[in-house]
Amino acid sequence: MADHTLPAPGTTPPAPGAADGTRRRRRAPRAWLGALPLLVFAGICFGLPVGAVVYGAFTTKDTATGVTSATGANVSTSLQGPYLTSLTGSVELSALTALIGTVLGMLIAQAVVTSRRGALRESVLTASGVLANFGGVPLAFAFVATLGISGVVTQYAHLDAAGWNLYSFTGLTVIYLYFLVPLMVLVSVPALDGLRPQWREAAQNAGATTWQFWRHVGLPVLMPTLLGGFVLLFGSAFAAYATAAALVGGSVPLVTLKIADALSGNVQVGQENVALALSLDMIVIAGLVMVVYLPLQRRSTRWLH
Amino acid sequence: MTRLRVRANGRLIAALALSTAALTALTACGAKSDSDTPADAGGSAGVKADAATSVADFGGLAGLVKAAEKEGTLNAIALPPDWANYGEIIKGFEAKYKVKIKDETPDAASADEINAIKSRKGQDRAPDVVDLGSPFDRSGAAEGLFAAYKVASYDKIPAAQKDPNGLWYNDYGGYISIGCDAKRVKVCPTTFADLLKPEYKGKVALNGNPNKSGSAFGGVYAASLANKGSFSDIQPGIDFFGKLKKSGNFIPVESTPATVQKGETPISIDWDYLNAGYADQFKGKGVDWQVAVPADGSYAQYYSQAINKDAPHPAAARLWMEYLYSAEGQNLFLKGYARPVLLPSMTEDGSVDKTFVTKLPKVEGTPEFPEAKDLDSVKAVLAKNWDKAVS
Repeated sequence: MADHTLPAPGTTPPAPGAADGTRRRRRAPRAWLGALPLLVFAGICFGLPVGAVVYGAFTTKDTATGVTSATGANVSTSLQGPYLTSLTGSVELSALTALIGTVLGMLIAQAVVTSRRGALRESVLTASGVLANFGGVPLAFAFVATLGISGVVTQYAHLDAAGWNLYSFTGLTVIYLYFLVPLMVLVSVPALDGLRPQWREAAQNAGATTWQFWRHVGLPVLMPTLLGGFVLLFGSAFAAYATAAALVGGSVPLVTLKIADALSGNVQVGQENVALALSLDMIVIAGLVMVVYLPLQRRSTRWLH
Repeated sequence: MTRLRVRANGRLIAALALSTAALTALTACGAKSDSDTPADAGGSAGVKADAATSVADFGGLAGLVKAAEKEGTLNAIALPPDWANYGEIIKGFEAKYKVKIKDETPDAASADEINAIKSRKGQDRAPDVVDLGSPFDRSGAAEGLFAAYKVASYDKIPAAQKDPNGLWYNDYGGYISIGCDAKRVKVCPTTFADLLKPEYKGKVALNGNPNKSGSAFGGVYAASLANKGSFSDIQPGIDFFGKLKKSGNFIPVESTPATVQKGETPISIDWDYLNAGYADQFKGKGVDWQVAVPADGSYAQYYSQAINKDAPHPAAARLWMEYLYSAEGQNLFLKGYARPVLLPSMTEDGSVDKTFVTKLPKVEGTPEFPEAKDLDSVKAVLAKNWDKAVS
């Protein structure tokens, strides 16, 4: 790297042999026009719904008089009893699956990258691309047919005798990993490509062991990807709904299921605003995760500068 | 550097083009269509169609048909073709009158129907008629969403099953029943007490989560009645399923035609008209689906029809109601194993189709219905305690 153009935080250094990053130019003042469509789009498709959620979470409508008034009751209801249980249940499930998914995905990606076989790499990446987007009811039914109580694999391997139950927290963890691990593989491969063989050679020349190389070079370089991947997986698991709805009804409390019960069911009436309050709780939790993640991300990319 | 400037200008033009494209696209989907003004009823009475409270306001059925055919469309919502024979009912209506039915999101829930009425007020895409589970019929009437209209056979509907002003009335219903795959289960359970037997381990399912699915809620309610509960006390039902979960008999998967056919949910608690429909559907597919209405906990629930007060096609909506509550419409419900609300009166006057009656799952006694206040209180209890019991 002759001229030290630094990659922006969070991006991976360009692959060896690739053209150098473009030099920073003084931006023309009207360059923001280019971002205008994005800003308008985000404002309408993201800002408006968030505004509606916040408004609904803090208001209540009297059905008899039709008067809307401000209240904190929805939010406090959403943080009590079964609603609180569902929030903690969702956070537990998402954190656990994101952690396992991050580690497994990274290891698989590393195996693929170091294998140096084009065919393997292509097939793994293609499969990951498909599986990462496989979700909802089809995924649930695929698991029911293979690992359900009368599922093919369950019957064949007598898994039920071993205590396997698809319709539980454990079962849901396995299913979530089915689409989270491929997602992690997809986001880690480019980062692993960015680990240059020269660094490894340099470390070895300086007498570093494999462990030392990973401890002082590999992991610090990969840390932004690992952290980013964890946040991405957490978000995906946290927001997943249809798979869980088809599989575990009400037996594993999850916040997305609770929102659906309150918002569009045939049973509970007049709970719409509690559903909005729950959505707000979700946004806050996702925000908290980001608040923890950003300083870490900054710290881990700092050494690159 | 000229090249740079050219490129920058090119970018600017591209950016502007993109933003205008994005903006036009966004404004286009926000545009509201004009709603067509309701046509005059044109009846001799000269009442506007959206104010008509009975067929007399149109000067009789012929006047109503004329007004409805002039509108030409009916917006329906949440009518699954394989549910209570709605598929055939829609076909029958379209064949009889020159009115096309647009059935939107067949699998929507009652809450979605109410939302559609509220959120599309004044648009010509708003639903004209809704088919609602209780208590959405009552809550919708309290919010002033429905039009008061009494069909010709309104007086024959039992008093407990209609709103006194004709804002809503029951159309069809059924009993909670236990469906069972006789090929996979040696002895099919016929009561709730049976379900506790160890031989049914990992076999018993509901059609979803009782906090969301109407039939699952009915299942828990019926289980409560079977276990010394009452219309105002659903806790015994929740405890019953808690016990089933602990013994491993209850599996929380949502039973669907697919899971039934696959044998994953060999025992499914559901409305009898759905279970009986499955029996027909799977006959040719190697599943012997038996249906029993449990004698120890019999719970019936009826759905209700209502007309949107701001229906874009007010005459078509009223004609649809007349059709559903005619002997023809009620018999079509019956053909789908649902019990039409006029079944008692039609049995008396002989207009009922007896071949369908004999196919209904056997039931003892007459159905009783919970009060609206009971429903509200038990639903609050259910929301609070269900997760705890089965997790």
